[in-house]
Amino acid sequence: MSQETVKMFIDDEEIEVESDLTVLEAARQMGKKIPTLCYLKDKNVIGACRVCLIEVENTGKLAASCITPVAEDLRIQTNTKRVRETRKMNLEFLLSNHDIECPTCLSNEECDLRQIAEELGVREIRFEGQKSSFEKDSSTPSIFRDPEKCILCRRCESICRDVQSVQAINADGRGFDTVISTTFFDDLMESPCVFCGQCTLVCPTGAITEIEYIDDVWEVLGDPNKHVVVQTAPAVRIALSEAFGGDAGEICTGKMVGALKKLGFDKVYDTNFTADLTIMEEGTELIERIKNDGELPLFTSCSPGWIKFIEQYYPEYLDNLSSCKSPQQMFGSLVNSYYQEREDIDKKDISVVSIMPCTAKKFEAQREEMAGDVDYVLTTRELARMIKQAGLNLNDLEESEYDQLMGESTGAGAIFGSTGGVMEAALRTAYELITGEELAEIDFDVLRGFDGVKTAAVNIGGLEVKVAVAHGLANARKVFEMIKNGETFHFVEFMACPGGCLGGGGQPLKATEEVMQKRMEAIYEIDKNKKLRKSHENPYIKKIYEEYLDHPGSHLAHQLLHTEYVQR
Amino acid sequence: MSAVKEFKLSQYQSELEKIIRNYEEDEFSLLEVLHEAQELVGYLPKEVQKIIADELQVAPGKVSSVISFYNHFSDSPKGEYQVAICKGTACYVKGSKEIIEKIEEKYGISSGETTEDGKLSLEVVRCLGACGLSPVMTVNGKAHGLLNPEKATKIIDKYLNNEMKEV
Repeated sequence: MSQETVKMFIDDEEIEVESDLTVLEAARQMGKKIPTLCYLKDKNVIGACRVCLIEVENTGKLAASCITPVAEDLRIQTNTKRVRETRKMNLEFLLSNHDIECPTCLSNEECDLRQIAEELGVREIRFEGQKSSFEKDSSTPSIFRDPEKCILCRRCESICRDVQSVQAINADGRGFDTVISTTFFDDLMESPCVFCGQCTLVCPTGAITEIEYIDDVWEVLGDPNKHVVVQTAPAVRIALSEAFGGDAGEICTGKMVGALKKLGFDKVYDTNFTADLTIMEEGTELIERIKNDGELPLFTSCSPGWIKFIEQYYPEYLDNLSSCKSPQQMFGSLVNSYYQEREDIDKKDISVVSIMPCTAKKFEAQREEMAGDVDYVLTTRELARMIKQAGLNLNDLEESEYDQLMGESTGAGAIFGSTGGVMEAALRTAYELITGEELAEIDFDVLRGFDGVKTAAVNIGGLEVKVAVAHGLANARKVFEMIKNGETFHFVEFMACPGGCLGGGGQPLKATEEVMQKRMEAIYEIDKNKKLRKSHENPYIKKIYEEYLDHPGSHLAHQLLHTEYVQR
Repeated sequence: MSAVKEFKLSQYQSELEKIIRNYEEDEFSLLEVLHEAQELVGYLPKEVQKIIADELQVAPGKVSSVISFYNHFSDSPKGEYQVAICKGTACYVKGSKEIIEKIEEKYGISSGETTEDGKLSLEVVRCLGACGLSPVMTVNGKAHGLLNPEKATKIIDKYLNNEMKEV
């Protein structure tokens, strides 16, 4: 081993570990389970919650294992009476100022606080005192905040600041008065929050969650006069089974479609179809901008968190944004035109529901300039709950096929769910449209994976097309720095969430790095197994242009599939 | 209301920018800038916080978070006479709690508040560093020690009646 190591003892067992670890990491390497609440590997390591206490025999002191570095001859006890009782007491202190309403709390089963209370055997809360009193915030269509359930672990604050570089929420005050809040206690709607929902993924309690629309969707499904059409985003099918005890990266497309049909949706369609359509429109836009000396680089516009981010922080680059609506909004728009005309259903009787890995999509659907395209957006988590509410278990369901017309998609549409996927899909089509030749090497490995910023140069018909891919908004800022420092690109893909949609704020909680990796592999697995892997080869895409839209970038396409942005 | 504030802000704008220019444009300058800005304006209203955030290129949330953490900083206007009464260990043992209660009762304000006429504001602080004078309070920075409830309110009244000169 080239790295320096130390020898130490955990629970009287000698171990040799890398010298830059913490006691928590070392103990976990041994397979020991130490409870944690505020700890978030590499992202929030502050020793705030005091639940991961261990006893340091060398000093006789209790210490938070997450911030205690390993050292030579360190002797740690993780399970003494003193450790157990103090952990328990600390948890009781947290619970004494927590609005305990588990049965009606959205986090219920998912709640770390509840789970650890169970694990530590907390059967009563001995401390009764003053309780914090703060307003709930349901001002946004995406994110719900209930500070009375907050235990001040600071995970949301860290993610918002360090991963997303938005800092919409911060700690305000000190001591008992501390609260995680927006700046100046504004409503979240008035804050710079981009609604990415990364905070909902890391909140260990029910203090930050998505806004639920399940009851609204049940309502329209139960209305005999409503024709309810549903679409499913690329990243839902590779994560939904996690909510039913399945392995990470399990592809459950058929069962998911089966579940949606059982729930009573009249048509089950695929957002992957409009992802293919996005490639046609955005690819055409790119080619035109390159040919006609248009504004470059072209920025992708699929991720609504990213859109709000650029509108707020880089409005001078709004002309670089593709005018394409996101696949979700294209779909909604087409249901209310193409589909509605074909099926001859009254517009007011149609309801469009989206299943998205995303909380920002809820906000996007309500944006003024696109309002009415999509009626309700459910996250992957909400769909899982809805399936359970119907008394169904995903694992036991029959597989089913998407309905035709807007249910067929290529591998290119599938990879929209991963960082780098939109770019790869676009390059596959742009190459063939520009050169008229078949693309020999269809996999762009350089654009895959979890690196924060990926760049590549692709030779397309003699032109060196330079592209970049960024995911996580702090990485988006890095690309702006690169551009400001003179680097030139033709096309840049931005996704708000780390990993892209597969790591979206609406996905099942508690995704470790390994889970994220598995989800990504599943996305590319779907692509690999598709007969058709380029958007322009999708027969139903050809059909919609032949029968309805005419050609990419046509007048009607612009009317239905493109949008505009606002400086915020 | 906001018109008055805008007017006020424009009074301080150039001075404020001058202060900020003396520092590096990063969050490590924040505390120093906040100190000087509060000295200048008397408190740190939203508008001032926004300018500081903008100029130092830190999130407004960071600025308000820091201000809310330290007792010294205030985001609301302080009274003409600012009372800071110590509730550190020594003062507490010597009865500062009773003094605080008396002040609160007599002037109708509690810690962090200002009387409606804008004359008097009260802050309860942790240790003024003058334990030998405990219980102790400062009025606009001048220390008054060895207090009891009656003595404290008498001193405050003198300020309010202009019978006590500021130093």
